[in-house]
Amino acid sequence: MTTFSQKLQSLYAGDAERVAVTLQHSGQPDLPVSYRQLLRGAHAYAQTYARWKIEPGEVVILILQHGEDLVYSFWGAILHGAIPSIMPFLTEKLAPERYRADLAALISVTRPAAVVTYPEFESEVRSALQEGDSVRAVILTDKLEAQSDPDFDSLPGMKCSPEDIVLLQHSSGTTGLQKGVALSHRAVFNQLEAYGRALDLNEKDVIVSWLPLYHDMGLIAGFLMPILSGIPLVLSSPFDWVRAPYKLMQSVSQYKGTLSWLPNFAFNFCSQKIRDRNLEGVDLSSWRAVINCSEPVRFESHQAFYERFKSYGLKWEALQCSYAMAENVFGVTQTDSARPPKVEQIDREAFMIERVARPPLEGQPAMLMMSSGRPITNTRVRILDEHGREVPERKIGEVALHSDCMLTEYYNRPDATRKAFLDGWCLTGDYGYVSGGEVFVSGRKKDMIIVGGKNVYPQDLESLTYEVSGVHAGRSVAFGMFNEEAGTEDVVIIAEVESEDAAQQEKIADAIRQHVTRNSAIALRYVKVVGPKWILKTSSGKTARSANKEKFLKELEEQNQ
Amino acid sequence: MSDIQSVVSTYVSTSILKQPKRIISNNEPLISSGLIDSFSLVDLALFVEDTFSVHIDDTELNVQTFDTLDQLANLIQSRQSK
Repeated sequence: MTTFSQKLQSLYAGDAERVAVTLQHSGQPDLPVSYRQLLRGAHAYAQTYARWKIEPGEVVILILQHGEDLVYSFWGAILHGAIPSIMPFLTEKLAPERYRADLAALISVTRPAAVVTYPEFESEVRSALQEGDSVRAVILTDKLEAQSDPDFDSLPGMKCSPEDIVLLQHSSGTTGLQKGVALSHRAVFNQLEAYGRALDLNEKDVIVSWLPLYHDMGLIAGFLMPILSGIPLVLSSPFDWVRAPYKLMQSVSQYKGTLSWLPNFAFNFCSQKIRDRNLEGVDLSSWRAVINCSEPVRFESHQAFYERFKSYGLKWEALQCSYAMAENVFGVTQTDSARPPKVEQIDREAFMIERVARPPLEGQPAMLMMSSGRPITNTRVRILDEHGREVPERKIGEVALHSDCMLTEYYNRPDATRKAFLDGWCLTGDYGYVSGGEVFVSGRKKDMIIVGGKNVYPQDLESLTYEVSGVHAGRSVAFGMFNEEAGTEDVVIIAEVESEDAAQQEKIADAIRQHVTRNSAIALRYVKVVGPKWILKTSSGKTARSANKEKFLKELEEQNQ
Repeated sequence: MSDIQSVVSTYVSTSILKQPKRIISNNEPLISSGLIDSFSLVDLALFVEDTFSVHIDDTELNVQTFDTLDQLANLIQSRQSK
């Protein structure tokens, strides 16, 4: 078994001039980075960490945008034997105070020794630090040691054991205490081996990605896997992609990309928001797998994507699915790349009431389910009932998994780690069923909303509304509503206020929209402010999200009639 | 000039915010306030391009050029007069 640093050493010893990653920035020429350059850049960071007396095994938080510094600071931490963790950068719509509070909470749990950021962002980071906390260094990107070829023998990262924690991946959550998924070298390599085999990953592959590196899909599939496997990577940023989705197609065409991963909504987004003039000369025939992952997968999204791009060479069988989670490093299942994912109709009523997935009877309402594929070779999947007992095929229950690539722990969170496991099996919190050895994921155990690949807890959004003047605690409800057109969920918030005055209600709706978005970076599709006694409560006084959602949908329907 | 603002304003309140009655003032921040999220930004750009026959570059979809109806109207007008 090898470690990250040893693997880098062998890639460097192989063909150091080979391009490891091509970095794309809107409005700038593409920047190819060879393995030699990657290691020189990383070495500058490794020596900077050493200068600041960061010890191997200590955590380094990276608060950087897409670009060379993010890449080098990550691999520099690896060479130094430190544990890198990439955090999202402050965006224009998130309130700086909230960002600061989240960062301070993260620091108190994760106890990093250093934070790496830009000089322009230093004061922001410093304002989140507290007297006596763990951070000994705020390392700035303009105060680094010089780049030089590494002398591997002298690097602390070469002394790591495969069981050591190699990185932390922070699961997304809007507010409050975050959980850092701690992964070992061994777990990552076991995942890459099994997932790579499921994909038939080979030296002819080229991975094209715009996914953020603070998320498992971007970090593993769109960063670590290609770089550690010697597969060329073309990497841009989510910030650029969302403004110019056509660039993904142009990059695949230009670099003969073979593999990409996208959350479900991106299939819809690309099929709706790209003009023909931006696709002139584009050839997508090299794409052998575009993998739908990290949100519930929808057959309709694949259809729309295929219809839009088939005349540019896109193959139908290239549209694939995976079910993945950071707790298993990344992939849990993957569909067979030789054919399109299995799609089946199930009876809606049996699904809702009996919790079983079976073919609909003649004339009964049905729902379409698309397979996420079979478990990869090192991972076993079981479906459990509420007592933790395995259920038969086609019964819906919680997905549990066991593998040789599970997380070591939630970093410094023994409480959360205990809760995540049952007899050595990792509980995913997702509902689903197995049929013919394939896993179909059907929903979340908790009321979690998944919007654009990002997980949001409704209670976090509800708490934020209570901070708005005029809204009382316990008097709002947040839920997700599937948007067929967007291929993802829209966020709805309903808040009850004393005033029945429409103008006053509109004003509060605006305030809620602004406050919630600024403090969660989640855009709200519907904000409905209502008079007293609108919101339905359970007998114990709790807000019943699903009942309120039904009521809202009914009113919306009546309005549209 | 005010025509541009009102056309864009109607589009934003109806199609993006789904609050047709919502009035947007000409200097109200749209992006930095969180009113328009990044996913809707490209919709707005496509709408502007189609409606006013101007070209908007993706590098322009940011707070500096796109935050208020007035800023947007200025951008559209400067393109149209070329």
